[in-house]
Amino acid sequence: MAQEMTTTAKREVTPTEQGEVTRSAVVYRPDTDIYETEDHVVLVADMPGVAPADVDVNLERRVLTIRGHVHRQAHDGYRRVHAEYGEGDYERVFTLSEEIDRDRIEASHKNGVLTLKMPKAESAKTRKITVKAA
Amino acid sequence: MQLTQMGRTGWDPFAEMRQLQAEMNRLFDNAGVFPAAQAYPPVNLWIGDSSVVVTAELPGLSAEDVELTIREDTLTMRGERHQVEEAEHAGWHRRERPYGTFSRTIGLPFRVDPDQVQAKFENGVLEVEMQRPEADRPRKIAINGK
Repeated sequence: MAQEMTTTAKREVTPTEQGEVTRSAVVYRPDTDIYETEDHVVLVADMPGVAPADVDVNLERRVLTIRGHVHRQAHDGYRRVHAEYGEGDYERVFTLSEEIDRDRIEASHKNGVLTLKMPKAESAKTRKITVKAA
Repeated sequence: MQLTQMGRTGWDPFAEMRQLQAEMNRLFDNAGVFPAAQAYPPVNLWIGDSSVVVTAELPGLSAEDVELTIREDTLTMRGERHQVEEAEHAGWHRRERPYGTFSRTIGLPFRVDPDQVQAKFENGVLEVEMQRPEADRPRKIAINGK
């Protein structure tokens, strides 16, 4: 069945780090999918308007921070008559539950979507134990 | 303040319940716990002297994934957001990104010329610029003095 596709308004957040922001831009929380395969944890975040060069990913111990900076679109000679979304930076912090092999994290950003492929560390992978018949 | 019938008919439990309900509603309205569902994709509309610009946030999609149609003074965008294939048999921790087919028609403030449309897609933001047809543009009329 076709279902009408809807979305919820972007959620504004206050930046996590202590201290004041020097830019007066609004910060949004990107919509994120996180799933886990046998040997990866994959994080996909929607950050429309963010160019690949303006993405910042940080992993400190188990705390993962993703940030995206938006260059506001200038519409000179135009006036905005209707607005359903706001333009602003993105920021979100996650705490990872699995041990991640931080040297092999692959990050890619395409069409405003950030994908992080984080391989699980060997120690965190589930091991199958064969049961011997006695 | 909600008026209760206290005093005249005694204690009214329903009035108290109504008041509690009103307070709860207000609490949730302010906190934005349940943001209202929006049509997809969200758009912004900009108007210039003789043109109109529509921008839409469509992260993950590119030019070939969206179909644009213009008819008189409406713009329709159609497309589909796919889910990652490998994710189908994976364990989900969080699923917030919307996916599925979408179709949205936007009413423009004036008729546009379908031959003079410029559309670009950058970092998941679609921008469509449409021009008002020459014949429809407002014209300055000189007034002849006698």
